Amino acid sequence: MNTESKEVLSERAKELLVMYLEKAPTLKPKERAQIPAMEMPVQEPEERIHNLDEVALGYTMEEARVEALRCLQCVKRQCVDHCPIKIDIPRFIGQIASGEFQIAADIIKESSLLPAVCGRVCPQEVQCQSECTVGKAIKNMDKAVAIGRLERFVADWERMQGHVSIPEVKPETGKKVAVVGSGPAGLVVAADCRREGHHVTIFEALHKPGGVLRYGIPEFRLPNDIIDREVEVLAKMGVEFRMNYVVGRTRKLTDLIEKDGYDAVFVGTGAGLPLFMGIEGENLVGVFSANEYLTRANLMHAYEREKADTPIYPSKKVAVLGGGNVAMDSSRMAKRLGAEKVYVVYRRTETEMPARKEEVAHAKEEGIEFHFLQNAKRILGDENGKVKAIECLRYELGEPDSSGRRRPVEIPNSEFIMEVDTVIVAIGNGSNPLISQTTPDMKVTKRGNIVVDETQQTSMKRIFAGGDIVLGAATVILAMGEGRRAAAAINKMLAEESVKEM
Amino acid sequence: MNKILFKQQLSKDVFLMRIEAPLIAEERQAGQFIILQTDDDYGERIPLTIADASTEEGSITIIFQVVGKTTLALSLMKEGDELPALVGPLGKPTHIAQYGTVVCVGGGIGVAPLHPIAQALKKAGNKMIIIVGARNKELIILENKMKALADEFILCTDDGTAGRKALVTEPLKEICQREEKPGMVIAIGPPVMMKFCSLTTKPFNIPTQVSLNTIMVDGTGMCGGCRVNVGHEVKFVCVDGPEFDGHQVDFDNMMARLNSYKEIERKSHECFLNKIADAKMKEVVS
Repeated sequence: MNTESKEVLSERAKELLVMYLEKAPTLKPKERAQIPAMEMPVQEPEERIHNLDEVALGYTMEEARVEALRCLQCVKRQCVDHCPIKIDIPRFIGQIASGEFQIAADIIKESSLLPAVCGRVCPQEVQCQSECTVGKAIKNMDKAVAIGRLERFVADWERMQGHVSIPEVKPETGKKVAVVGSGPAGLVVAADCRREGHHVTIFEALHKPGGVLRYGIPEFRLPNDIIDREVEVLAKMGVEFRMNYVVGRTRKLTDLIEKDGYDAVFVGTGAGLPLFMGIEGENLVGVFSANEYLTRANLMHAYEREKADTPIYPSKKVAVLGGGNVAMDSSRMAKRLGAEKVYVVYRRTETEMPARKEEVAHAKEEGIEFHFLQNAKRILGDENGKVKAIECLRYELGEPDSSGRRRPVEIPNSEFIMEVDTVIVAIGNGSNPLISQTTPDMKVTKRGNIVVDETQQTSMKRIFAGGDIVLGAATVILAMGEGRRAAAAINKMLAEESVKEM
Repeated sequence: MNKILFKQQLSKDVFLMRIEAPLIAEERQAGQFIILQTDDDYGERIPLTIADASTEEGSITIIFQVVGKTTLALSLMKEGDELPALVGPLGKPTHIAQYGTVVCVGGGIGVAPLHPIAQALKKAGNKMIIIVGARNKELIILENKMKALADEFILCTDDGTAGRKALVTEPLKEICQREEKPGMVIAIGPPVMMKFCSLTTKPFNIPTQVSLNTIMVDGTGMCGGCRVNVGHEVKFVCVDGPEFDGHQVDFDNMMARLNSYKEIERKSHECFLNKIADAKMKEVVS
């Protein structure tokens, strides 16, 4: 994607900033929209496939300010309307343009406690940036104001200052809120409820907090250190973390209320049940769910081979089945772990791929080979039960299906063999069954998703739910939006009860 | 935290530990397991069955065999040390019912997870036939505890150093041939033993439960590393198991999957052994 080195980009931004700062007060919207969009500096592909460091390096101060100057400060704030957690986007961008980075950081924190995460992993191109006036004016939505990059810049800038401001917490109310799962939805609920002065405990099944942010999204897109810092802010606000605690098993969900005295519970256990294709050979040695592959690499640090006890399969030729962001993450991780050839096998074409454009472009730069209009029919094993190849079928696109995407139709007798030693299945996740299995009164859909009303309340009193366990596999920011709504409902319920008690 | 309250070496490579875990002690049922780590940054998550629990002490008992780096590291921990991560109880509990006569077959370290199940089955009023097997006398564990639960007790070793010189499948077959057929067989031990126990009981149509200990990462259904073929279905040992109908389990596939990382694990174990040896040498020299 990028043709220029970070040094060149940075020098150019310095010159542009001097030029436009002078003119800024008198710039007409049309002229403002003509300020060149700032590219994101990245690690060179040849270099980055040998390390786990972040691919996108982040804007310099000058790059951020030039990009911020592009914002027209529209009266009709389409970007805010399209942000699931309603960050005051024009206001924080305005402060970046003026060089007031701390103020910008504080504005974001009014709505989001995870700006460094969201700035990196939100699909801004289909949310805030999708209706950006600048993008429309120059008829290139790829050059909309880079809201996500600016958000990340502010969060990173604040962290680099060594001082992260801690949001204010109201006086203790004596009420207790339990949050089940420390993924994006749970973290938002914890923050919002804690701010109101309630005691908040987060229960996490794994040994580190963050949920999918930790086990799923790789270090090269979202460094663990960032999650640690954002979690630290919550801890400093007084949120209690209990790791290695499986609600449903260590304690029943209802016991949290009946025995442990929690006044409200939020269930944000995510979509942690990997789907497989149901084809022959899927249990051969060398077939992994993307969840397992990424969990080994991310949460369990398997990429640090010298230090980590958790092994990862020594792959040379890898086929990744699927076309979403998880497929991109898996393929790029396999490359970094030393695979010589990595193929992404997807039944439709690039246009229908659900992965973010930017991730697909990065994967291509890294030498990942895309096989469109193909799909695995069965996985073939050797005499030791290890993967030796997949048999694929070719497809063509037919009529659009219910999702509006053109349906892939298999071409008869088009079978061919692709030699691989590893298959990573990245076709999505079902809902984690633990809570529903152990909480028979909880109303769930056929697919196991928890049923909630418009305030995220479940069929059970005092129990709320949100994120992927409600939505099915979705995005980090949508989960956060649900968390925000649930927290508001919990806070309202607890406030009303406090009034009654008085 | 999870303090090691008591540690005992049961045989050359087998250790028993009582670990502080009050919530797990309260909730656990026969057949369930825990996952622990000896280091919560770079350590591996390993599943171990809960062998016993005490709600008074707020502790659980685990019995493990040193087979790799993590179990070796665990065996080197002392009373008073704390485990950085311990989570459970995981898996579905054993279905305890009145079957009439139950045969419990335990092989090697598998006797440890079998004990709480046998206890529960005894309590439910079953007539208990217990077969305990091991490669040799040194590797027999919990003999007396199992004997205490048994209406009929059979001990066998592969080399004849204790009890009958036989594989557990021999007495199992004889029992199946009896006029009064057992209503249930529970077999827990090495995969190959469970496979042959299941093959032994199949012609007699005696329901046979096995408890699988596959590779796992999270233990909550998230990774799918533990999946096994059971009949025509794919099951996750961590959330659908660990117990399954032995007549339906594809043991050959399960054993192949267990060996996925054999070479890496062997190297890691050796590397750790060398480190320990180095450290000991340094101690001696200084």
